Amino acid sequence: MLHIYCPHCDEHREEEEFRSKGEAHIARPPEPESASDEDWGNYLFFRKNPRGLHHEQWFHAVGCRKFFNVTRDTVSYEILETYKPGQQPVVTAESRNGSASDKGAAK
Amino acid sequence: MKQYSGFGLVKHALSHHENWQRMWRNPAPKREYDVIIVGGGGHGLATAYYLAKVHGITNVAVVEKGWLGGGNTARNTTIVRSNYLWDESAWLYEHAMKLWEGLSQELNYNVMFSQRGVMNLGHTLQDMRDIHRRVNANRLNGIDGEVIDARQVKEIVPHMDCTANRRFPVLGASWQPRAGVARHDAVAWGFARGADALGVDMLQQTEVTGIRTSGGKVLGVETSRGFIGAKTVGVVTAGNSGVLAKMAGFKLPVESHPLQALVSEPMKPILDTVVMSNHVHGYISQSDKGDLVIGAGIDGYVGYGQRGSYQTIEHTLQAIVELFPIFSRVRMNRQWGGIVDTTPDACPIISATPVGGLFFNCGWGTGGFKATPGSGHVFAATLAAGKAHPLAAPFTIDRFISGKLIDEHGAAGVAH
Repeated sequence: MLHIYCPHCDEHREEEEFRSKGEAHIARPPEPESASDEDWGNYLFFRKNPRGLHHEQWFHAVGCRKFFNVTRDTVSYEILETYKPGQQPVVTAESRNGSASDKGAAK
Repeated sequence: MKQYSGFGLVKHALSHHENWQRMWRNPAPKREYDVIIVGGGGHGLATAYYLAKVHGITNVAVVEKGWLGGGNTARNTTIVRSNYLWDESAWLYEHAMKLWEGLSQELNYNVMFSQRGVMNLGHTLQDMRDIHRRVNANRLNGIDGEVIDARQVKEIVPHMDCTANRRFPVLGASWQPRAGVARHDAVAWGFARGADALGVDMLQQTEVTGIRTSGGKVLGVETSRGFIGAKTVGVVTAGNSGVLAKMAGFKLPVESHPLQALVSEPMKPILDTVVMSNHVHGYISQSDKGDLVIGAGIDGYVGYGQRGSYQTIEHTLQAIVELFPIFSRVRMNRQWGGIVDTTPDACPIISATPVGGLFFNCGWGTGGFKATPGSGHVFAATLAAGKAHPLAAPFTIDRFISGKLIDEHGAAGVAH
């Protein structure tokens, strides 16, 4: 079970309190009226689904009921940071590149 | 390939079963093949077999990073059924069902396909309405199915708690008598042996590290054993499909999730059918060895670690004990996870890609095992012709742009 730090509650809580809500930082087509079918399809359905670092949304369902973002390794499941919506991740694939810790993720 | 038979069994007994031939060769990779299949699981091996058998394309390699049938083929709960709601998926899964029915004879390999029936329980009025709708749709598509009430459920499975005062009372079920289970490993091994006998090379311990393209067309795959060329490449890598798509430079509408299953200690025969429930969300059958085979839902997060979280296991067993209080003291023996590639509409992707000559067969999500022979059959036809087999045509990637989704979420009784 994951032990997740909620940046709103300022506490670690057990995974059962949370729901994973998929990839974070997905930009809605800026001009909905002129967006093509392909733009909408990409926005709605196509995902990075990375083997390695993933920036994703979590929802504190039976806690504060607020959304926040998590940077997590999808192979080791290690949570590297959590941050509030609107903020940018500190740990990224680029920032980890060259470090030994990325080897497991690149497999 | 030497045919297996009862006579052969007696003959080999005389030499203490020490001289059985190997089921497949372990060849060195050639520099170039007509077709490369990436992924040596059930679907990939079935694709290779039907390419050689039906289409006469035998210069084929199956490239597998681990060992044959070591991924989701080895990790599923072995359920086979075809009672899907929509025409497109019903036809595809029923195509597989018909191949299952003759598969042991076709492969000269006992895949232990046991048509012991599958029931999908209904616990609410809406469940029962959905079940009626689905069974009617199935019957219009020529697929066997019946709606049975709680009394008939109790007759088939006397150990289930069908009393009316439960939290989730059993109101009835859909019942597909032709459905059942098969021996998962045997399916992979049978297809591998059959394909090998027709000349297909099984390249195990060979990991694909890149897909080489030129001018928008595929040239072959970079592997841990060097470059292997092919004008046609079929990728059948389930949970790792997104990784392979990234190598080729595009995204897929799939997310990879851990799906867990567990088996109990072996017991005397107690459950001679497959019971599934969407509402309390669990499914259970008993293997020929005697262990209860149990599964339920995916873990909610994206994961490649082939393991999930403990509370998912707890929820699974809660559902099983809700249905079968008699199993509350059964001890669980083993638990594991596989990585399933789920699509937004819970239907697979059997499709050409933006790269010429590169085809993907993925997105089977939580329920790919039941489709193994059908998936291989239509994907082989797709690779051989360079365009989609009629049964595969609706399952293109483009449906996520056009919006022509085939929404099988929950419509098939349970999403697995």
